[in-house]
Amino acid sequence: MNQLTLKTEGDTHVVVTRQFAAPPEAVYRAHIDPKLIQKWLLGPEGWTMPVCISEAKPGGKIRYEWTDGKGRGFHLTGEYVELEPYSRIVHVERMHLPDPTPDNRVETRFDADGAGTLMTLRMTLPDTQTRATMLATGMESGMEASYARLDGMI
Amino acid sequence: MKGTLNLDAAFSALADPTRRAILARLAKGEASVMEIAKPFEMTQPAISQHLKVLEDAGLVARRVDGAKRPRRLATAGIEAMDQWLAMLREALEKNYDRLDAVLAGMEQRKKGKGEKR
Repeated sequence: MNQLTLKTEGDTHVVVTRQFAAPPEAVYRAHIDPKLIQKWLLGPEGWTMPVCISEAKPGGKIRYEWTDGKGRGFHLTGEYVELEPYSRIVHVERMHLPDPTPDNRVETRFDADGAGTLMTLRMTLPDTQTRATMLATGMESGMEASYARLDGMI
Repeated sequence: MKGTLNLDAAFSALADPTRRAILARLAKGEASVMEIAKPFEMTQPAISQHLKVLEDAGLVARRVDGAKRPRRLATAGIEAMDQWLAMLREALEKNYDRLDAVLAGMEQRKKGKGEKR
């Protein structure tokens, strides 16, 4: 039931969907409250987010800093564009690796689904090349670890 | 890079609709460049250029058959891409599994407050 889907759409979008048992209000709050974000937006095991700034208002700043506790880390910055409690968040984000990646515009929708929520996250990248690079380098933290694993597979 | 998969090149190769259509054609089986070019309003050199991008990305392979060089899908490359996407999905899944736990905790606290002993 909680199956995640990840697919490309058109030339510049990536769409992720996921269902949650909790109602939209709770899922929405977990996406904007820094104390809550720090508990889950972590990527692979072993990574933490010691710095989380989330000013949930139009134009408000976003800054997430991740570390693997062994000296490796990177951060993401962004800005909120639109917030419709508890149904929709639009924000722009970029990774710093350390050079900033092109802006990724993300629309996250929270639709009631029975007693729970259907979340639909739609990313819009500036062009197909950027989307290709993003998919190839990984959207989440600590993808180097995954690369290492992938190396072993090929 | 020939023969090895370059993920960045592979995803870039897939970003073009003609190249996606070529892969869809090859998914049905091996084909000559002429056969591949047929449904497209493009010159054969243009199609060959697209095929080269797909080959360099490790998604298409060629066989020598006399004077012909039929192309086919490079299964290993396609599978490696699938695996990569599966891994990406897994990283996202870990996040959302953690979010499930966070949400369950929020619900628990709310219930706790509601009881007001």
